[in-house]
Amino acid sequence: MVTDEIVLDVKNLTVDISTPRGTLHVVRDISLQVKRGETLCIVGESGCGKSITSLSLMGLLPKTATRSSHVFEFLGEDLSRASKSRINDLRGNRMAMIFQEPMTALNPAYTIGDQLTEHYRHHLKASAQDARLRAVELLEKVGIASAAERLGQYPHQLSGGLRQRVMIAMALMCGPELLIADEPSTALDVTIQAQILRLLADLQEELGIAMVLITHDLGVVARIADRVAVMYAGQIVEEGTAEAIFAAPQHPYTRGLISCIPIPGKTVPGGKLGTIPGVVPSLIGEMKGCAFQDRCEYAQARCSETIPLHQTSQGQQWRCIMNETHQSGAAQ
Amino acid sequence: MKKNTALYVGCGLLLFIVFCAIFAPLISPHDPYVQDLTNRTVPPFWYEKGSWVHPLGTDQLGRDYLSRLIYGARISLLIGLSVAVISGLIGTTMGMLAGYFGGRIDMIVSFMVTTRLSLPVILVALATVALVGGSLWVVIMVLGLLKWDRFAVVMRSATQQVRSMEYVSAAQSAGASTLRIMLTEVLPNVLPHLIVIATLEAASAILLEAALSFLGLGVQPPLPSWGLMISEAKSYMFFSFWLIAIPGTALALLIFSINLAGDGLHQLLTPGERA
Amino acid sequence: MLAYITKRLGLAVLVALTVSILAFMLLYLSGDPALAIAGEGARQVDIDMVRKTYGFDQPIIVQFGNWLLKVVQGDLGQSIYFKTEVGTLIFTKLQTTMLLAVYSLAFALIISVPLGVLAAIYKNSWIDRLCLGVAVVGQAMPNFFFALILIMLFSITWRMLPVSGSGTWQHFVMPSIALGYYAAPAFMRLIRAGMIEVLSADYIRTARAKGLPTSSVVFKHALRNAIVPVVALAAVQLGFLLGGSVVIETIFALDGLGYLAYQSIIQKDFPVTQVIVLLLSVIYILLTLASDVANAWLDPRIRVA
Repeated sequence: MVTDEIVLDVKNLTVDISTPRGTLHVVRDISLQVKRGETLCIVGESGCGKSITSLSLMGLLPKTATRSSHVFEFLGEDLSRASKSRINDLRGNRMAMIFQEPMTALNPAYTIGDQLTEHYRHHLKASAQDARLRAVELLEKVGIASAAERLGQYPHQLSGGLRQRVMIAMALMCGPELLIADEPSTALDVTIQAQILRLLADLQEELGIAMVLITHDLGVVARIADRVAVMYAGQIVEEGTAEAIFAAPQHPYTRGLISCIPIPGKTVPGGKLGTIPGVVPSLIGEMKGCAFQDRCEYAQARCSETIPLHQTSQGQQWRCIMNETHQSGAAQ
Repeated sequence: MKKNTALYVGCGLLLFIVFCAIFAPLISPHDPYVQDLTNRTVPPFWYEKGSWVHPLGTDQLGRDYLSRLIYGARISLLIGLSVAVISGLIGTTMGMLAGYFGGRIDMIVSFMVTTRLSLPVILVALATVALVGGSLWVVIMVLGLLKWDRFAVVMRSATQQVRSMEYVSAAQSAGASTLRIMLTEVLPNVLPHLIVIATLEAASAILLEAALSFLGLGVQPPLPSWGLMISEAKSYMFFSFWLIAIPGTALALLIFSINLAGDGLHQLLTPGERA
Repeated sequence: MLAYITKRLGLAVLVALTVSILAFMLLYLSGDPALAIAGEGARQVDIDMVRKTYGFDQPIIVQFGNWLLKVVQGDLGQSIYFKTEVGTLIFTKLQTTMLLAVYSLAFALIISVPLGVLAAIYKNSWIDRLCLGVAVVGQAMPNFFFALILIMLFSITWRMLPVSGSGTWQHFVMPSIALGYYAAPAFMRLIRAGMIEVLSADYIRTARAKGLPTSSVVFKHALRNAIVPVVALAAVQLGFLLGGSVVIETIFALDGLGYLAYQSIIQKDFPVTQVIVLLLSVIYILLTLASDVANAWLDPRIRVA
C-alpha cells in the first residue's frame, strides 16, 4: 500500500567514472522518488547504468567514481554532504541492499548466523541472544524452515534460492525503511524467481518499506512494480506508474522493449517479436540530445538538441519529442 | 606501456658486475693474492688513514681489498651460473617428464621432490663438503645436485599447461616422436618460466655458497670468495667493520640485481601479470 | 576429511623412510667411513678396529636396518665427540632451536602481515611501492651479513643486547630478527596478492553494504579468507627455519640443534649428524602434514563436506 511519505528523493544525480580511456558518464542527470510502501522498478538493458545508480544510492561506488546531485535526501536527511561514518551508520541499518549473485554474496568462512547478526549487533548494540532471536524470526519470515538449525550452517550448505532468502533476511534485520534489490532473481532458477519476487512483494506489504528493484526483465516489472523508470544509456527516458507505462508507453525505447516480450492474449502466435536494431552508444564523452536517436525509427534532426521533459497529469514523464508531431496512442 | 624499470636497472647492474668480473685482471689495481704484512688492515680511501694506493683498503694479510672484491665477483658469478645450469638441467628434465607423461612418472618425480624438500639443504651441503673436502668445484657439484627442486616443480606445471595445447596434439597426430615434441613444441613455450626460475636459483646458490664459505666449509682460502672474506674479517669486526661491510654490500648488490633482473624478465615474458 | 588425513599420513611415512636412507648414506660420502673416523695417518690395525666397532664390515643393508631399528626404538646412538648419548644431547638443543624458529616466524609475520594488508588496500600507490621495495631489499641481504650488522649496532655501538649465548630472552632477539627477516617478503607478497583478490569479492561488497566498520571488513571478512595460503606457507617456512638455523646459531653461539650440527660435522661425529638430519626432516614432514590438514580444516567447504 503506497503512502504519501517520501522515503528517497533524488534529483539530477550524475555519476562519472574516470578510466584510462576517458571519463565514462555512467549516470546522466537522473531523478527518482520512492514513497513508503511503494516499489519503484528501474528497467533497462545491460550497461544502462541501473546498477551503478543503486550503488551510488548506497554509497558503494568504486574509488574512481564521482557522484553529484542537486538533491539526495533519505527520509528528509541530506545525504549528498553526509560524512562517511554517517553513511556507514545508515547502511545496512536504515537502508539495505541485496545483490544479484547469492552464490558469492556470502562469506564462505562464517556461518549464516554470524553473518545475519553481526551488523544487527553493530548498529543496534544488541546482545548475542537478542540478535539470534531476531535472526530466527526473520529466517522464518522469509520462509526458511528449521531456522534455528540454519544459523549454524555455512553458505555452501544452502542452495541458491535459500541463500537469496538469507540475503533478504539479512537486509531486513535492522528494520530498514528502504530496500534496494539489484536483480535479485536473475541468477536463480525460473521456478525460484517467482517465489523470491512474491516474497519481496509480501514483505513490502507487511513491513511497509520502500523498495527500489533493478531489473532488465519486463516480466518482473509487470509482476511487482508500482512505478517504473526506464533507463537507457545513463538517462531515464520514461517514468510513470506500471499501468500507464504498459498501457501507453510514450518513448520509442519503451515501446521497443515492450514489443520484445510476448504477452499472452495479445501477441499473435506465429507473429514476429520486436527487436531494437543497433547497439548501446558509448558512455564516454558528451552526448548531444537524445541517447536513443541512432536506433530510433522516429528520429529527426531536432533529436540532437536537448530534449525537454514531457509529462501527463497523472505523473507519467518522458523525454521524447515524438508525440509533439505524431499524435500516437498506445503501441499495442 | 609500463616501463620495465626492474629489467633495465637489474640487467644494467648485473652486466656491470659481469663486466668487472670478466676484465678483473685489467681493472684490479693489484694482485689479490699478494700479501703485504707491513700494510695490514689499511682503511679505505675515505678514512683518514686511507689512501688511493689501496682504494678499498687492505685485509688482515695486507692484500688489496678492491682487487679481492673484483676477483670475488668471478667466484660468485661462476657459482651462480654453474649451479643454475646443473640444477636446471636436472630439474627441468624431471619436471618436463613428469608434466608431459603424468601417471607413474609424475608420481615418482613428485615423491622425489617432496623427499628433497624435506632435507635440510644447508646441513646436507655442509656434511658433504666436510666429508669430501672443500673446494670451488665440490661446492658447485653439491649445490647443483641439491637445488633442482624448484625447477622440477615449476617446469612440471608449465609443461602440463603446454601439454594440453592444441599444437602438441597436432604434432602428435603428425607422427612426431616424443623427444622431438618435447624439444620443439614444449621447451620453447616453457622457456620463460625456466629463465625466471634460473635467475632465482642462481641468486640462491650464490647466497648458499657465501654461507658455506663463511662457515669454513665452502671455497677455501686464499680464494677471494666474498663469504670467506667476511668470515676472515669477523675477528676484526670491532675496529675495521669495512672489512665485512664491503663484501657484504657487494653480495647484497649482486643478489639485488639478479632478483630485479629476474622480476623484469618475468614481467617481460609473461605479459599481463603484475607482481 | 578422515580419508584425506590417512592418505597424507601414508605419504609422509614413505617420505620419512626415504629420508632416513639418505641420512644414513651420508656416512659413505667420503668413501670409507672407518678411514674417516680413524683419521689420516692411522695404522691399518686401528682402521680395522674402528671398522669392527662400528659394524662397518657388515653389509650396508644390515647396517641400515640395525640403525633404523634402534632409532625407531629411541636409541639414537652414541656421540663420538661428545661422548654422551645422542638422544640426551639433542633433546635440550632441540628446544632452543624450536624456540628460535618460532620467534623468527613470529617476527616475519609481525612485519609482513601489516605491510601486506597496507600494500593491498593502497594498491599501486606509493605505500604499495614502498612495501615492495622493502621486500626486494630484504631478499637481497645475506643473513650472516645482516646478523653481523645487527651485532655491530645493538651489541657494540648501543650495548642493548648480548652477543652470544642462549640464557635469557634477550639472547634470542637478534638471532630471531636475523633468521626471520628473510621469510618476510614471501609472506608479504602472498598476503598482498590474497588480499587484493579477496577485497574484490562479492561478499566484501555485502559486508560494506551492511554498514560494518572498515576494520571489521578488512580483518574479519577479508583477511580471514586471504590468510589461508599463509598458514600453509608458515608451516613450510617453519621447517626451513629449523633447517637453516645453522649459520645464525653459529654466529650467535646459540646452543641449539644447528650449532650442534655444525660442531658434529666439523668433528666428523657421524652418529650425531645423521640423527639431526633425520630429525629435522621428520619435523619438516610433520609440519607440512599438519599444514595440509589445517588448510583443509580452515576451508569449511572441506571440513563440513
